[in-house]
Amino acid sequence: MSVLVGKKTRVLTQGITGATGQLHTRLCKEYGTQMVAGVTPGRGGTEFEGIPIFDTVALAVRETGADASVIYVPPAGAADAILEAVDAGIPLVVCITEGVPVLDMVRAKRVLDGSATRLIGPNCPGVITPGECKIGIMPGYIHKPGRVGVVSRSGTLTYEAVYQLTTLGIGQSTCIGIGGDPIIGTGFVDALRLFRDDDDTDAVIMIGEIGGTAEEEAAEFIRQHVKKPVVGFIAGQTAPKGKRMGHAGAIVAGGKGTAAEKMKALATAGVRLAPTPAELGATLQSLLRERNLL
Amino acid sequence: MNIHEHQGKEILRRFGVAVPQGEAVTTVDAAVAASERLGFPCVVKAQIHAGGRGKAGGVKVVRDAAGARAAAQDLLGKTLVTAQTGPQGRVVRRLLVEQGLAIARELYLGMVVDRAVGRVTVMASTEGGVEIEEVAAQTPQKILRETIDPAIGLAGYQARRLAFGLGLGKELAGKGVAFMTSLARGFAECDCSLVEINPLVITGGGDLLALDAKMGFDDNALYRHPELRELRDPNEEHPRELEAAKYDLSYIALDGNIGCLVNGAGLAMATMDIVKGAGGMPANFLDVGGGANAEKVAAAFRILLSDPNVKAIFINIFGGILRCDVLAEGVVTAAREVGLSVPLVVRMEGTNVEQGREILSRSGLDLITATDMLDGAKKAVTAAGRR
Repeated sequence: MSVLVGKKTRVLTQGITGATGQLHTRLCKEYGTQMVAGVTPGRGGTEFEGIPIFDTVALAVRETGADASVIYVPPAGAADAILEAVDAGIPLVVCITEGVPVLDMVRAKRVLDGSATRLIGPNCPGVITPGECKIGIMPGYIHKPGRVGVVSRSGTLTYEAVYQLTTLGIGQSTCIGIGGDPIIGTGFVDALRLFRDDDDTDAVIMIGEIGGTAEEEAAEFIRQHVKKPVVGFIAGQTAPKGKRMGHAGAIVAGGKGTAAEKMKALATAGVRLAPTPAELGATLQSLLRERNLL
Repeated sequence: MNIHEHQGKEILRRFGVAVPQGEAVTTVDAAVAASERLGFPCVVKAQIHAGGRGKAGGVKVVRDAAGARAAAQDLLGKTLVTAQTGPQGRVVRRLLVEQGLAIARELYLGMVVDRAVGRVTVMASTEGGVEIEEVAAQTPQKILRETIDPAIGLAGYQARRLAFGLGLGKELAGKGVAFMTSLARGFAECDCSLVEINPLVITGGGDLLALDAKMGFDDNALYRHPELRELRDPNEEHPRELEAAKYDLSYIALDGNIGCLVNGAGLAMATMDIVKGAGGMPANFLDVGGGANAEKVAAAFRILLSDPNVKAIFINIFGGILRCDVLAEGVVTAAREVGLSVPLVVRMEGTNVEQGREILSRSGLDLITATDMLDGAKKAVTAAGRR
């Protein structure tokens, strides 16, 4: 079933009665995702377009058997929503919310470590296995079922890559937006490990950006453990030092986290770098042809 | 968000961190009066949001009231150029007048959100007064680290390990532990992203004080610290960045001449890169965000046009949540309102792209359309070059 999500995934929405929660619960349901429950404290017993709403995540899980959760709760309550999902034992939690205080994430991450829950995000577009299950805010129609995994810190840049692939007739196994914050749940290495072990994934596109060292760690993992072809791109090659480029995590600090360092690490690990973001799809296409995978 | 040294020290004092006596002033007379209250020698320090002030002549030790007057007269209103300000420098509008200290040793103490471990890490070094990045590059073994468990805070044994590691010895270790514990508490309670005490000094009299203090706060957490938000100094921020912040737009001014309007931070960075790759220079980073409406797009457009360096505008949108028709309406509204004085290149893809293109073509605006982002970047560079 590709990775993380598929036809059988049963999804609950935390923050289902807010404008964002309503819109995307509807769009995901229309895409074919099994949206089985919603949670908004104080709204238990009501429903949203046929989806039952509960006061707590624990109750929603008990009543509906939800095994994935998506969070649209505003920033002040988002980390608490993650904790509640962990407490309910949900295996996969996707936090879309942008603007979660970083020290809230430090605490949430401590609780996540050693728990049965995998977190994607926060500040991410979500996860999609095309044709099967869409959890998040990405436009569903640009995707096409196939065998290329996509993992990225950026939302719209992922759409760009996916659209290029689909236009070239290359489908995707699963696309994972890991999020643009300094502290996130699932990182590049985790996602790459999932794609490496997935029989339905032949190749991977990895889109990083300035800030932190996650791309360097990913490069080291690829060098040692990934035989499948990987195409990479790093956004922010022209970003000035010390300035936060939109994403809370996108900052070159103390001379560390530059695009040049990351690109060098990836290239050394055998990753094929796309010369421009307009050529992500074409770069992957030629790499697949070289490896007789297309 | 960053604040001034004197503001940082006031906050730290509230948490029980030892800082020198001092007063922040904005006039020469107030500086003289403050120096007389503090006694001599004292130090007059320029307050700007950039390091490297000492080397640039922004910190002056004075021995009497006349010296304080001369120092304040020299610094107030002066454009200070330091290693961190860039060549344009920063205008000094306020001063910190502080008691003079007999310094025996200079140490370094810093706290940051450490992305690699997902926790706050304390860094300490005997090499105070120099940039920690230099120490990290040349003598990494001289940096001591302790990672804080968020459920516990900085544990006593960790603070002791740092204190003894810094060579504070039996007499000063207790003061060092108290200093670090208070600092860690302040960091957590104020939602800091960074605190740097460089140097942390030991005086001849055996005291331990923060001689400098740099504090940065997590912008995402400012909603729960209204008192900190008040400390923002608009003089230290770019006017167009301030204007953008009013509309919740993520904008950063750069030096080039191609204005970029993009949705999504990653795509916005990639757009800057591709403009550079096509031989041009971006005038800005601008992410209008996923939930932008026509009004927000119009505001973004006005901000781009208010930059006198902009010779062409490149709109690069991948419509997901932000629908292309909404974007197109915003652009048309703003262009009609402010007038389109430079060539406009539009590349649009994604949700409702046909409606968006229709709105733009019906508008009668003189547009250059692009098939993909590389094509758009090339066309923007050509258009800007012609002017």
